[in-house]
Amino acid sequence: MSYFEFLSQYGDRLASGTLITMLLTVLSALLAIAIALAMGLMRLAPNALIRGIATVYIEIFRGTSLLVQLYWIFFVLPLFGITLEKFTAGFVAVGMNLGAYGAELVRGAILSVPRGQWEAALALNMSPAKRMLRVILPQALLIMLPPWGNLMIELLKGTALVALIAVADLMFQAKQINGSTFLSAQTFGTALIVYYILARFMITPFMRWLERFMTRKLGRA
Amino acid sequence: MTNESLSDFPLALEGDNMPMVSFRKVTKRYGDLVVLDSLDLDVAEGEMVTIIGPSGSGKTTVLRMLMTLETINDGVIYVDGKPLTHMPQGDRLVPASNRHLRQMRSNIGMCFQHFNLFPHMTALENCMEGPVHVLGLSKKEARERSEELLEMVGMADKRNQHPSRLSGGQQQRVAIARALAMRPKVMLFDEVTSALDPEVIGEVTNVIRRLVTEHNLTMLMVTHQMGFAKDISDRVCFFYGGRIEEQGTPDELFGNPQKERTQQFLSAVKEAT
Amino acid sequence: MFDWRWDFTWEILPRLVAATGNTLMAAGFGYALAVVLGLVFALAQRTPYRALTLAVRETVEFIRSTPLVLQIFFVFYVGPQFGLRLSPWTAGMIAIGLHYASYLSEVYRGGLESVPKGQWEAATSLNLSTARTYFRVIIPQALPPSLAGMGNYLVGIFKDTPMLSVIGVAELMHTATAIGSETYRYLEPYTLVGIIFLAISLPTAAGIRIFEAWVRRKLGMS
Repeated sequence: MSYFEFLSQYGDRLASGTLITMLLTVLSALLAIAIALAMGLMRLAPNALIRGIATVYIEIFRGTSLLVQLYWIFFVLPLFGITLEKFTAGFVAVGMNLGAYGAELVRGAILSVPRGQWEAALALNMSPAKRMLRVILPQALLIMLPPWGNLMIELLKGTALVALIAVADLMFQAKQINGSTFLSAQTFGTALIVYYILARFMITPFMRWLERFMTRKLGRA
Repeated sequence: MTNESLSDFPLALEGDNMPMVSFRKVTKRYGDLVVLDSLDLDVAEGEMVTIIGPSGSGKTTVLRMLMTLETINDGVIYVDGKPLTHMPQGDRLVPASNRHLRQMRSNIGMCFQHFNLFPHMTALENCMEGPVHVLGLSKKEARERSEELLEMVGMADKRNQHPSRLSGGQQQRVAIARALAMRPKVMLFDEVTSALDPEVIGEVTNVIRRLVTEHNLTMLMVTHQMGFAKDISDRVCFFYGGRIEEQGTPDELFGNPQKERTQQFLSAVKEAT
Repeated sequence: MFDWRWDFTWEILPRLVAATGNTLMAAGFGYALAVVLGLVFALAQRTPYRALTLAVRETVEFIRSTPLVLQIFFVFYVGPQFGLRLSPWTAGMIAIGLHYASYLSEVYRGGLESVPKGQWEAATSLNLSTARTYFRVIIPQALPPSLAGMGNYLVGIFKDTPMLSVIGVAELMHTATAIGSETYRYLEPYTLVGIIFLAISLPTAAGIRIFEAWVRRKLGMS
């Protein structure tokens, strides 16, 4: 079978898998961003209990594997009465895992905003919430965007693991096609190339554009 | 600090000669290092007081404590008659709550050595930020107030520029306008010309000079520019080792310093320039 | 915790601990391979041959941007298609080693680029050979800034070993899944796997930070 025959026969399934992968990536990215912001801010809270909760969350999710977390959420959580449908379990696991890494980026970026900015905001008598929201976070955002670009690629790669709980993403489709055809080079090779295209020609340019956009918007041109 | 020692301080200052700013036995320590040692300093309403001294003498700490950027270990600071670092509870003073601090802070404005303008806002937005989001003014009112002040500091034509497009002198002038937009009773200038290129220092000192002659603001300034201090101050305090070694009118202090350390410092500064 | 059975826990713990040995071995072999291959990748990008530099650069990008689990499948299944049969262990080590080599090559590159140009010029002015320049002058200075990244990826490779279970490497995750399907109990095995991972990765990460500080002190760079 030529590669073109292979593509015409299995292209649809690979394409539908790609769509699921993209959807998973977007959903888990949104979740990761929300968790990263919440946990990153909590890590800097004056209250030791709040700080402690965030630290425990971050250490647990960074200290164990995404695969372990995925299996735990999918196989063990139902024993506690929380049953997630496999697609949901998939993006929740990826989002919670990458959110823990993102939290450290948020925290680091906030801490690297120069001290003078905090002091100037205080001298203007801004409330702690306003200081954070109007002065510190916009500047921290610009600092953390480049590392978030790498994190988004990690997130895309992380979504491939949901195939192991039978979510029909690109990885899963490749596995299935390989199982019935044994055309491993074609199936896995095509999937690798699609992941590469998603990372290099969609996520990376988007993050670069976002960086330029934010830089312009924040007047640092 | 124990409550017994706090009971020595009045709950508020009153009377005709009430100072706008009053440090009473204020001590600041970092670990074992005493930065300020039982400082007593009164500044009258409308007075311009300049603080000079060698580095490490505690002069910047005075301003930072007044802006509540630093806590104090002992003593009480009063602003406009009311305790800044403490608040009355019943018949005695207790450490100030955050709410009290925010209330008191509205009396004070500050300009920094490194300007600390918000880089993601234009000059005008920097000035409007406090009036809109702290004082609760309408955007229109805040804009009028800010444009007027930017006009005064000679930055009206640059109002839509971000700080990264402005020179140091221009940034500092915007920073002064930003602080004034909050209508403080007391203005603090912390080495505002130290980070500037020599040729633009004049544009900043001219703005401060105008403030002194045209407004009745109470001001405290830390500077290394002796000539400027001599020109515009009502009083000059020479700090050494965390205390006021000597103070007086500019003529007294620069013309006829009494203490040996003052003489040494002034002659060392003169040699350097 | 409700429904947690301690007798079952004690029963399966020895099996899991034994499997942890395999996990550590996989991480160790994979890392050793990655450390060496990564250096090859990094140095290949510093040769004067543009084509080689470009090819290695793109390969590294490709490996870094695609999922490890897919690469593991690729290496394991593509061989037999062309008559080359790899054991799960061999295929797993090749895949994970290559994946982390591409990460480490970036770490090395960053470290090498952090050495000031003047150091090269000083070495040239002393007429040191290229090899001597690298080993006596450049690498000792490139090492400390690389250590944090190298340490992170050591922990990273350890945490990625569960992916080897997909081709049947009998590491920790594989064993836990096997226990789960034999006994229909997933709570204890999967939770224990999580705890074992935490118990190893947290102290390792802390140890790496201490080691890093020690090396910096030792080289007089802090």
